[in-house]
Order: sequence, then C-alpha cells, then structure tokens
Amino acid sequence: MTRLASDHTASPLIFELGQDGRANRYVDAGAPLSDFLPKDTLREELPLPDNTELDVVRHFTRLSQRTFGIDVGFYPLGSCTMKYNPRVNDAMASLPGMRDLHPYAPDELAQGALQVMYELERTFCSLFGMAAFSLNPSAGAHAELAALLIAKAYFKDRGQTHRNKVIVPDTAHGTNPASAAMCGFKVISLKSDERGRVSVEELKKVLGPDTAVCMMTNPNTLGLFEDHIHEIAKAVHDVGGLMYYDGANANALMGNARPGDMGFDLMHLNTHKTFTIPHGGGGAGHGPVGVAAHLVEFLPAPYVRARPKNDGGAHAAPSDKLEFYLDFDMPKSIGPMRSFWSNFAHAVRALAYIYANGAEGLTRVSQLAVLNANYIRVKVREFLETPYDEICRHEFVASAQELKKETGVRALDIAKALLDRGFMAPTMYFPLIVPECLMIEPTETESKETLDAFIAALREIVQTAKSNPEAILAAPQYTVVGRLDETRAARQPDLRWPGH
Amino acid sequence: MLEAIGVPSLEKLVEVPEPVKLRERLDVVPALSEAGITKRFEHFAKKNSAASLISFLGAGAYRHYAPPAISALAMRGEFLTAYTPYQAEVSQGYLQAIYEWQTYICLLTGLDIANASVYDGATALAEAAIMAINTNGRNKVLASRAIHPNYRAVLKTYCDGLDVEIDELPVAKDGTTDLSDLPALLATKEYACVAIQSPNFFGNIDAPPQTAQAAIKESGTVLIGVVAEALALAALQTPASWGAEIVAGEAQSFGVPVAYGGPYVGFIASDKEQMRRIPGRLVGRTVDVHGNEAFVLTLQAREQHIRRERATSNICTNQAHCALIATMYLALMGKTGLRDVASANLARSRELATRVSSLRGCSLQFDAPFFNEIVVNVHQPAREVLAQLQRRGILGGVDLGRYYPEYSDCILMAATELTSSADIETVCSALQEVVNVASFVTGSR
Repeated sequence: MTRLASDHTASPLIFELGQDGRANRYVDAGAPLSDFLPKDTLREELPLPDNTELDVVRHFTRLSQRTFGIDVGFYPLGSCTMKYNPRVNDAMASLPGMRDLHPYAPDELAQGALQVMYELERTFCSLFGMAAFSLNPSAGAHAELAALLIAKAYFKDRGQTHRNKVIVPDTAHGTNPASAAMCGFKVISLKSDERGRVSVEELKKVLGPDTAVCMMTNPNTLGLFEDHIHEIAKAVHDVGGLMYYDGANANALMGNARPGDMGFDLMHLNTHKTFTIPHGGGGAGHGPVGVAAHLVEFLPAPYVRARPKNDGGAHAAPSDKLEFYLDFDMPKSIGPMRSFWSNFAHAVRALAYIYANGAEGLTRVSQLAVLNANYIRVKVREFLETPYDEICRHEFVASAQELKKETGVRALDIAKALLDRGFMAPTMYFPLIVPECLMIEPTETESKETLDAFIAALREIVQTAKSNPEAILAAPQYTVVGRLDETRAARQPDLRWPGH
Repeated sequence: MLEAIGVPSLEKLVEVPEPVKLRERLDVVPALSEAGITKRFEHFAKKNSAASLISFLGAGAYRHYAPPAISALAMRGEFLTAYTPYQAEVSQGYLQAIYEWQTYICLLTGLDIANASVYDGATALAEAAIMAINTNGRNKVLASRAIHPNYRAVLKTYCDGLDVEIDELPVAKDGTTDLSDLPALLATKEYACVAIQSPNFFGNIDAPPQTAQAAIKESGTVLIGVVAEALALAALQTPASWGAEIVAGEAQSFGVPVAYGGPYVGFIASDKEQMRRIPGRLVGRTVDVHGNEAFVLTLQAREQHIRRERATSNICTNQAHCALIATMYLALMGKTGLRDVASANLARSRELATRVSSLRGCSLQFDAPFFNEIVVNVHQPAREVLAQLQRRGILGGVDLGRYYPEYSDCILMAATELTSSADIETVCSALQEVVNVASFVTGSR
C-alpha cells in the first residue's frame, strides 16, 4: 500500500527561505537596468527571494512528496480518466525539434509539427466520425465554449438568431451550462428518467423553434449508455437544433462506437483524459473540437491542411507526399480561442499514444476500461448501493445514502478513509442527482490486483463504518494534514504570502 | 472478470444499440513499438528545421534560458500525474506550489490577488474583460491596437459570444497607444474597461501617463494591464503602479518552452475588490482540524462545478503544470537572477537596434523606449526580406504586414539573453545583402 510521508510539519514557503544575493549564475550578470531605460520606467524593488539551486531543488522535491499522482497510487476519479501516462510521450514532446519550435516558424520549416497535427486530426475524425477537428482549444471547457460559439455563428449565418436555448441534462458536467452562459444562451436543465437517462418524451416537451443545442455526455456521468441516442438526435434535428457531444467519457467507446454515427454535430475531446496526456495537477489540458461537415467553415482558425507535394518521391510514405500548412483564411471562422495554434506539445503526446495502440489497441482500451469498471461495480454492490444496477460503461456510481442513515458515515468520509489507505478518492457528490454519490472510474491501465486491493479497502471501510463509525469519521489520519477548515479559508481568504 | 460480471465476452459488454453500431473501418495510424514511435517522432522533429536556426522571433513567444533543474523537478511523477488538488489532504505540496505562484504573480504585478492560472495571455485578456463587464455592467470594451493581435482576436471571439462590442485605440507615431481620443471615449461611460499592453506588441513601453490613468479611474472604467513578455515585470514599473486594476498576462517566458505555441500559462491578477469575480481556481492558506497550517482550493462558489450557468467563467482545467514550471523558474532565478536576465535582454536588444539601424536601407520604425523587441523598417515588403533571410538560415522576425497592413515594410525582431553578438552580426550582414538599398535611397517605395 502506498502512503505519503506522514510528516505534519509544513514546508516553509519559498519566500521564507534564502538570503539576498544567494543567486545562481544562469546568465551573465548584466549592467544596471538604469543604463538602458529612463529611471521613471523602472521599478524600484523586486521583492523576490534569492535561493541556492540546492535549496530550491529540496523545496520542490519535498512538495512533490506531499502530492498524490497516478504514479503514486490508484486514482479512481470518475469522469476524469486518470490512466497511466506513458513516459515515451513526454520524451517525444521534449525532442528539441518539438520543444524549441517557435509558433511563428514558417510552415515549410515546421512540416514535422504540422504533420503531427494533421495525423492527429485525421485520426480523431475517423475514430469519432466527425468531418473535421480543430486542435485549437486548450481544454474541455474551452472546447465546449468553442463548440457553442460555432453553433451561435452557424445559426446567425442561417438567420436564426432566435435560437437561444441550450438543453443540458441534470447529469451534465458543470462546464456545460457555464459554457452555454458564456455564449449568451439560456440553459434548460432536463431531468433524467428513472433509468438515469434522457427521456425522449421529456426532451420533446422542451424542444422547439428556439432550440439551439442539446449537450450530452454518452455514456453519461452515471456511466450509462444513452440507448435512445438515435431518437434523441432525430428529435433535436427535427426542430432544427444541433447535437453536442461532451467527450469527457470518450474512453468508454473509443473504437467501438462513434458520436458521429449517433447523430452528434459537434463534440470535444479531453485528450488529457482519453489520450494519456498527464493532468499535471490540473492542466495544461488539450481540447480538440470536432464538427460534422455543415459546421467545418466555422471552426476556430487556424486549421491544419495538406496539399500534394511536388517532390514527394516515388518511395515516400503517403503522408510524406503531402505538404502541410496552417490555413488562416477562414472568413466564417469564430476566430481563434487562444494565443497560438494549439497546445502542441500535447498533440505530440496524444499522437505518440495513438501510434502505440493503433486502431485495434484503442478499441481494446475502451473494452478493458468498461471491463474494469463493471468488475468493481459487481463487487461494490455487495456492500454499497449501486442505484442504477445494470451493465455500466467505463464508470459507475455508488451511493452511501443507506450507510449514512445507518451509521452517519457519508460519501465524503469514505473518500477520506480511502486516502488513509493509499488510494485517491473517487469523484464525490456528482452527478448531482445521486445522493451521497461516489463515482468510480478505474481506467484500463490498472491490473486486477490493484482493483481487488481497492475493492477490499472499500469493503473494509464500509464494515468499519458499521462497527466503529468514529474511526471513519476521523479519517484521514495518516496524511500530512487532516481535514481542512474550508470555512475559514473562504471567510478569511489568505491567497498569497503577506510578506515579512 | 467477465464471469464475475456475468457477460460472455468483451464485445457483448461494450455492445451498443443497432442504429449506432460502428460500421466503418477505422482509419488510424498503424501501431508501432516504442522504439518505432521514437524513430517516427525523431523524423518529425527533424522536419522542424526552424527549431535550430538563428532566430529573432518573439511576438508573444520568447526563447529564454531554462535551468535543467526545472525539468528534473517538474517531471517528477507526483506533480506530472496529479489531478486538480480537490483532495487537499494528499495534495498539500501542489497546493503550496500554486499558493507560491499566486504570490509571485502578486509581487511581480504589484496587485493584491492572483488566480491559479488561465490558458494563456490571450484568454487572460478575454476573461479580464468579462470581469470588468461584471464589475460595472457596461457592455463595450476598449482595447489598444498595440495589444498583441492574437490577443485582440481572442478577445473578439469571446466578446462575440457575449454580444459585446470592441473599439480600438490607434497606434501613435512613436509606437505607443494614441490616447488623444481617450477622454472623449471615456466620457460616453459606455466602456467597461480599457486594455493596454506594456511592453506592447511592438516591444515599446506603453504605460499610460498619469493624466490618462486619472481619467480612466474617474470615469469608472477598469484599466486592464496586458503583459505578453512577463520578464519585463522584473524590470519595469508594475502595472499596479500605472493604475491597472486587473493584469492579464502570459508567463511563458518563465521557463516554459516555445513548443510551437503551447502549452503556455496565462495569469490574472487584480485588486482585492475583484476577489469574487476572478475566474478559475484560487488556493488559500488555512488550517486543518489539528490546527496545522495547510492549503486548500477556496472560494469555489465562483466556479462552474458549483455555480454552473451562473459561474464567473466556465474554466475548469487550467495550466497548473506550466504555472508550476514558472514558479520553479522564479524560485531558481530569484530577484538577482531575474534582474540579470532582464538586463541581458535590454543589452542584447539595444545591440541589435544599434547595429540594424546603422545598416543602409534599414531604420527603426519607432522611437519609444523598448524592452527586448524592436520594429525594423526595411522600406520594401518585409515578407520578401524575411524569405531571403530564411534562405540564409535565419529567422529574421515577424512580418508586421501579417497583422498591420500599414507596417508591411516592417519586421518585429526580438533579442533575448540567448541572442549572441555573433547572431546579431549574422543577421546584419545578411540584411545588408538582402535589403534593396536603392529603393530606400530614392524612396520609391
């Protein structure tokens, strides 16, 4: 079992360390700044600490030891797809030819980078059944925003600016309604049926001439496949609306089914979930946005294109016979979503992962992700409720509602007890429709032994909750700090070191 | 495992309804071994020949020296493979690093608070404008035309979503923002904010004078300071000192590679009054149940996972790992190192300016004080001159005609601590060969 060093002493802040002048000579010392610029343009003080490299290395090494990552232990975080991040991907992104390439490098001297983006885009199109992807957005929520801006531009182009309603099921990620609001759309929340799915009948009641977009996650955040998706898409299309696919759960169906075939017009991917880009403590992400043929012209600019090359040579691989370029000439584009073309280093990582798997491997990935989730599900239902008791996809939800009534131990307490046992907590209290919800997504990269150890820990926690609830309510006890005073954090905000 | 679940096969387990079954053969790149992947990507990397040329490219993406200690630390698996630190008890290290990042940004900008990061400089500007709109309820945005054109384009993308109009302040002859129409524009009281970048896109220091600062404040308009080259914060007057209530910036310069455009790391800093309007995550210091000092994500009632459609922004994943890299960079450099880097940038860019302006056929377009970028007028289409330099193995800079038709004879050139005197000599002798002196002398173009 993995444990974090149980050292309760806080690390000093970097600002509390060091002595003036304890500098590292990384570049040649320069002349005083006032030699170059008028005094009134210069700042007087720069109140940053000087530390030796050794002290800085120890500081951050210690901080890393107080941080839990996939490399430390199992991370069953629902809707986040915390799978292993192969190191070769980072090595490829760090090749000098990738790392040191400037975004304003001329296309003809950046052909490798453009080919990476092109191959990745083409692969996504085939895997998800879309006509085109833009690699421009920086993360999932950013791509949702891009997609809704595309929808807005599309309706404006067709003279249908009256379409101002976005339909979002009550199981949706919080980013869906937040993104819709950033485009000025009115959000209609749709209640799930008793099967945990969108009801076609309920949906039809809110559809109308003002419908812009219906945003869906499939499988949804309960881990259930929306088996009426075909009818849902037809109903939305019949009133002239667009279907949006939130790709947070794409790991469940990659290679087995495609949003494009389900009738989705727009979608995004979180390549930092499905395609093994490290989450890095909350980013950087990468959120390609995909569209069906009728929406391609509205994609964010620039878009990577290919044209036949004159000097490809007879023996060149097919993709080496092409020349690639960034197309900025997109008059109907919604415009760019970010400073530069893409989170390119992540495009490298994602493509390296795709090369490691190929079509068969990626299909296998989603199958094994579903297998692992169902294996945990059937074991967990022996001791916790699983409100939607059927075959799930890559994740499922359990509920601690009965346990709470019986013992006072809540989902939160179970999560904290898992931390003590060397596991990351599952996603909690989401989706909002399941009380005392624990949302568990194991991913395909975990072994049966790890799953069994997790199940055993969870079972033991529930048993302990029944015999000695105080032991669980007091968790975590073996982490570097105990539960946090969040009220104090919010009421007396201390968001920066206040100074000596 | 299948037996425990009670299904006969994997295929059965992942079965979908008939109408949505996959019927097409997937067109995916072929599977390779890890050795094969390495070979393939080394091949791609080799085709990025621009990465190893002498380069004067800047314009919002800067090549600076990054101590190797950064990647040794940042690539530790605990940091690299962590999720957003929602479980504070097992994320104290990362939370502390973000708290330190927030502090560094406050110290550099001179403002009270800073968030845990946003995607990049351009989206920082867009989010800052939304903060301003939410502050005073006005529905127009005023932005200097000397702000990075990509930042302005992204601002427009976001504003289109909210049906917010943008007006622009023109560029004055000296290469700073022309503020002569500002009083009249402010008097309309229609603008939620005015955004000004310093150093601006042309490299010029563009802090508004005190009269303008006072007029902006008096009119209830929010002054947004935009920073695309964060290194300048180590040398120049802080944006807070020239009246910025919000600073929207890009910190790529702090140890983050140029990597063909990303990932980079945006930041937003503001005064305390904006605390509940600032987008994205915030880390706060508090105590745990035992009274130990500890860190936690806080003020989450602003965010999308709590507030949904009423959130201050839809941002969820941000740029934590790049912010971590920048924090490590700042810790390693310290004030002494950072000032040395700033000084080297000032020295290199002045050497470049002096040498280039002494060439026949080349002149400096502007005369305002600058940081590490200059605008060189070659008195003929910059595009053609740059193509000629490229043939000689030099990336001479950015063709300003790409964004400003009126400056199509101008090149934006950056010089950093990584630019050597030899590089400067090389580009100058190439420019001397390439630039058509005759057309300059006769002024025919």
